[in-house]
Amino acid sequence: MSAEQLVEVDDVSFAYERRPILTGVSLKIPRGKVIAIMGASGCGKTTLLRLISGQVRPTRGTVRVDGQVVHELDREGLYRLRRRMGMLFQFGALFTDMSVFDNVAFQIREHTDLPAELVRDLVMMKLHAVGLRGSHAFMPSELSGGMARRVALARAIALDPMLIMYDEPFTGLDPISMGVIGQLVRALNAALGASSIIVTHDVQEALQLVDYVYFVSEGRIVAEGTADEVRASRHPYVHQFVWAEPDGPVPFDYPAAAFRDELLRAPHV
Amino acid sequence: MFDAVLRGLRLIGRNVIDRIWRLGYASRFFAAVLMHSGTALRRYNLTIREIYFAGVLSLIIISVSGLFVGMVLGLQGYDTLQRYGSSDSLGVLVALSLVRELGPVVAGLLFASRAGSAITAEIGLMKATEQITAMEMMAVDPIARVVAPRFWGGVISMPLLAALFSALGVFGGWLVGVVLIGVDDGSFWAQMQAAVDFRQDIVNGVIKSAVFGMAVAWIAVFEGYDAIPTAEGVSRATTRTVVTSSLAILALDFVLTAFMFRGI
Amino acid sequence: MNRATIDLWVGIFVALGLAALLVLALKVGNLASANISDTYTVQANFANIGGLKVRAPVKSSGVVVGRVAGISFDAKEYHAVVSLQIDRRYEFPRDTIPSILTSGLLGEQYIGLEVGGDPKVLKDGDTFKITQSAVVLEKLISQFLFDKAAEGEPKKPAAAGAETK
Repeated sequence: MSAEQLVEVDDVSFAYERRPILTGVSLKIPRGKVIAIMGASGCGKTTLLRLISGQVRPTRGTVRVDGQVVHELDREGLYRLRRRMGMLFQFGALFTDMSVFDNVAFQIREHTDLPAELVRDLVMMKLHAVGLRGSHAFMPSELSGGMARRVALARAIALDPMLIMYDEPFTGLDPISMGVIGQLVRALNAALGASSIIVTHDVQEALQLVDYVYFVSEGRIVAEGTADEVRASRHPYVHQFVWAEPDGPVPFDYPAAAFRDELLRAPHV
Repeated sequence: MFDAVLRGLRLIGRNVIDRIWRLGYASRFFAAVLMHSGTALRRYNLTIREIYFAGVLSLIIISVSGLFVGMVLGLQGYDTLQRYGSSDSLGVLVALSLVRELGPVVAGLLFASRAGSAITAEIGLMKATEQITAMEMMAVDPIARVVAPRFWGGVISMPLLAALFSALGVFGGWLVGVVLIGVDDGSFWAQMQAAVDFRQDIVNGVIKSAVFGMAVAWIAVFEGYDAIPTAEGVSRATTRTVVTSSLAILALDFVLTAFMFRGI
Repeated sequence: MNRATIDLWVGIFVALGLAALLVLALKVGNLASANISDTYTVQANFANIGGLKVRAPVKSSGVVVGRVAGISFDAKEYHAVVSLQIDRRYEFPRDTIPSILTSGLLGEQYIGLEVGGDPKVLKDGDTFKITQSAVVLEKLISQFLFDKAAEGEPKKPAAAGAETK
């Protein structure tokens, strides 16, 4: 069974200081596929990534990656697992004190004893894959947002991971950069034979490139399906989300006291 | 009334518990840094880089301050000593105050505000921009790779900076006392050499500066690593580093002085 | 920042720091003069050593010839036993008198050697026969007051033996 599924999240709950973030979430990520986890901001999507990468422990349930239960691994085992994962952070999280080249070379140098020429070749290959071979001497502060994201992607795939996680890869990018990143996600997934998880709220971008979508709301999976199923879905939440309607199951108003009461209340409270 | 007293006591208790908890947390962090120092020392290039940032970049402020503190000591010391007709002891006064106290303490305070704050801000910003998490995700231990080299860079730099401070201070005192005012050159040095003991004064001064360096580096890396990952959190952590390490230097100085120069 | 540049600067920095330490040790401190390596040890018994401390200089005619190596108390004879390390280049007659003196009015205390005329010289492990103790300020003052009461005049200005560092 785990031969087909790279990641299995089984009935996982997670609470942060007694505030529940996720309750009873189950999902599967088959090998070789690109999966999106969608939902409004603050619904617990990023927490799911953290659970899969072992940064936090679930309060209930298990997360299996490549057959191993993540929270039962010791530090050594977890680090061994993470070497086979790549993660693209929301704003790239490039090391600001290193050049683009050193950023991409970082993992290769930390985990292998390869000679300098070989490291150079590997880094250039990865940078070439994201189309930024010419920028290897720049510092991260000299890059545009889209370029920084691509460099971070090159860094994430430096060790040819089996699982690539994207945390809001489209946030803050212009449409062209978005398209570039989207294409890269698909191309790299195929080239590396990896599986990808995209956590995002950019519905239209994501729907064009993913194989399967999970919708998360208030810590639960509320809907799932392929891109076409999702577009055609009559589920009120999915419908609202995909078609970006201002009001629906996700209310426009944050829960508050009745407006009339609020207006009549004494001003200093 | 009774309630107010209870609430006051509870507040004190809460505060004390928080402080102790934080001290314990910082101590565990310190132990972790020491345990993960292997990488920093084996791959000494990482540490050399941090010596550059903590030490070399502090050179100018330390040198200038040392020189001026020595010059002021020369002026003030001469003014006081000549009232008792013992201006020949100017060298003793300048050298002993610098080597025993001012060198380690003032260099430590400057080091805390110049290098300590920079270390905290850097680590804090790395945390705020997810660089620390990214490193963990790449299966690289940030304590070994980021924190320990900065800690050791600080620990190694500090005694050297304090020695430079003292040496330049003595030179400044000599400049003012001998060259400017005209105290006898021979008695300036001779009295100094007779009074300053290598083991008792100079080695103790070096020990002091090493202890201060450890304290400042520890506080700086801890505050940076523990900073709330926002702009405000990092700025507050930086302030805390300067305040806490300055207080720590003064407190440690008192304790060390009491042990070192007692009776003998 | 280039790696070679960093290495160079750190090299300069460490060299400067070590040079400063060396200057402190040799030029400011007494490391250069303190290592009188070849010494012999003699004992001196004093009724009172005042504020004498270990490592205080031993001088003869104002020249440093040795250091105080240790101070202890003899519980049988009730006096202080001071051991002096003296440079082997200097030999002193056996009737030399060590006395505890103070440099300046409030300076540090040292041992001054008043050379005698005995043809035999002190050897390692010998003990001085006659010594002169430290002058204690309180005693001087009370003596002065007694003398004053007896309409006497104080003979000479006091050299103090007060606690100094």
